[in-house]
Amino acid sequence: MTGARVTGAGGNGPLLKVENLRIALQGDGVTFNAVENVSFEIGRGEAFGLVGESGCGKSITALSVMGLLRRPLSLGGGRIVLDGEEIQDASAAEMRRLRGKRVAMIFQEPMTALNPLSPVGRQIAEMFVLHQGASWREAMDRAEEALRQVRVPSPERRIRDYPHQLSGGMRQRVMIAIALACGPDLLIADEPTTALDVTVQAEIIDLMAELCAAKGTAILMISHDLGLVANMCNRVAVMYAGRIIESQVADAIFATPSHPYTRGLIDSLPRLGERARRGRQRLTEISGVVPSIQAYPAGCRFNPRCPAVTDICRTTVPEATSLPADGIVRCHHHG
Amino acid sequence: MAEQLLSLDDLAVQFKVGSMLAGGIKTLKAVDGVTLDVKPGECLGLVGESGCGKSTLALAIMGLVLPTRGRIHVGGQQISGDKPPDRMEMARTVQMVFQDPYASLNPRQTVRRTLADPLRLHGVGDKAEVEARVIDLMAKVGLRPEHADRYPHEFSGGQRQRIGIARALILKPKLVICDEPVSALDVSIRAQIINLLLELKDEMGLAYIMISHDLGVVEHVSDRVAVMYLGRIVEQGGWQEIFEDPRHPYTRALIAAIPDPFHRAAATVAGAKAKGEIASALNPPPGCHFNPRCPLKADLCTVETPLLGTVAPGHLAACHFRDRII
Repeated sequence: MTGARVTGAGGNGPLLKVENLRIALQGDGVTFNAVENVSFEIGRGEAFGLVGESGCGKSITALSVMGLLRRPLSLGGGRIVLDGEEIQDASAAEMRRLRGKRVAMIFQEPMTALNPLSPVGRQIAEMFVLHQGASWREAMDRAEEALRQVRVPSPERRIRDYPHQLSGGMRQRVMIAIALACGPDLLIADEPTTALDVTVQAEIIDLMAELCAAKGTAILMISHDLGLVANMCNRVAVMYAGRIIESQVADAIFATPSHPYTRGLIDSLPRLGERARRGRQRLTEISGVVPSIQAYPAGCRFNPRCPAVTDICRTTVPEATSLPADGIVRCHHHG
Repeated sequence: MAEQLLSLDDLAVQFKVGSMLAGGIKTLKAVDGVTLDVKPGECLGLVGESGCGKSTLALAIMGLVLPTRGRIHVGGQQISGDKPPDRMEMARTVQMVFQDPYASLNPRQTVRRTLADPLRLHGVGDKAEVEARVIDLMAKVGLRPEHADRYPHEFSGGQRQRIGIARALILKPKLVICDEPVSALDVSIRAQIINLLLELKDEMGLAYIMISHDLGVVEHVSDRVAVMYLGRIVEQGGWQEIFEDPRHPYTRALIAAIPDPFHRAAATVAGAKAKGEIASALNPPPGCHFNPRCPLKADLCTVETPLLGTVAPGHLAACHFRDRII
């Protein structure tokens, strides 16, 4: 096998299509739906953002695409189509062939995702050996080149370093080098910069966006930071309590947020420069707390915290309403 | 010193790390010559990245680590290397709100006990008065009276932080150090806690040191802002000066690093982003510590440490090129 990109039969359709995804969480004799009715599409080379607070189901949605759900979580239903091929029922062996080669993932904390006992060069080279049948000697040369691409200084020395010898930002660069080694079609980045300092975060995001654009790799970016995601993605979906409640083009989500939750999130952030423009205003609060999975409210799950709540919100799950440019919103009171 | 609530005079805190057997003992200058004042009722924002010494600075002000050099005046007390503070007195003057409320509350104590114990230890009033003050403060931070007999695990993250705030305020301190008070909380909860902190500040006449890496939060709450880099203050001034007219390249890099979804086109201040990463405090670069990452770096910067110089009254920057407008 050569290092060339494998393009599947699906040709023109979206790269990734997730349809009515349901993820079941097995509790003590009860099964909860940690994620339900989640659908989205990512085009080739597109950067797509999935935003939400901790516990909303964004990370496990990503894990399900990677085929990495483990007990007590399992796929409860729905379809995951990668490049025209259904992968939700793929065997462990099939998924192993896909992971790393077609779909790769980077995690929040690179120190726990890297092998502490193996030099980083070897961990990158492994990708070429396992997926492309390269010899170790050739693979190590390519690992050095991969480190150079993610702008690790003096890569010829760094390939022999162990993860603990690198700083947080350098470790995340190594993770990116591993993830992009085989030129995957899709890179899933789960809070890739949350553990990093702000100035380093900006560099890593720029690097990721630049490399993916150059290689035509699509990105599924997962974060709690709406600003960060909107800055780097073409489209953004907002999740709340296991459901997508709104999805829009990134610019539009800030200009015309359509769900009360999205609006609340945007209004509650202290914006840089706002105080200079308008003086100190009291921040708009979203009342209440994020519900726990054992106690998801009926109807719209945001209803106990929503300023616009009416009776229908407490009983009926809102259907998706279309917004311009393929956007959707799930709110009874939209429009 | 009558006017200032807190003043730091050339404060330095150093730690010895390593061992004679493994590579020798090195000196880590966590805080390296910081001079800073906080007036009663003022909020000072303290900004910097991990490892810059802001938490060590907080511990020194709390009297939990002793200065290697320099002095701290807080309330009526003076702390220096050979003069540790009176802990009881300190507890009535300075308190701290921590990042992770769950880790900073005793899981085996009810809210009532967490709040009442300090009052008893400090001999404040009889049983009835203690109870009244506990319930009164709980109401102020937005907890209901029936919450008093619950344990920390029974609360959500936002409510736990309310307990953490109440614990800090029960002895009516004058200065509260808030160390990343909202960064461990859900995004939709942060506004509640920020609003609460600002209300309590006005109501109780508190001074805050607000440590945060979230510049949006710092700009919102601070009267003055100090920016730290590798143990030193590199810029300080009024909030408006820091955010509207930053003079240190590091301050500019911090501001440029914030994604601004409202003004995407103008989000990147040209050339303001910093390269590379913060150096180790064990082995900081000579001259200006920021020089390896700085877009304005010149030969002078690697030789001579820039001192804090006046840009405008009250606005100081430690950069050789602080007067160069970009």
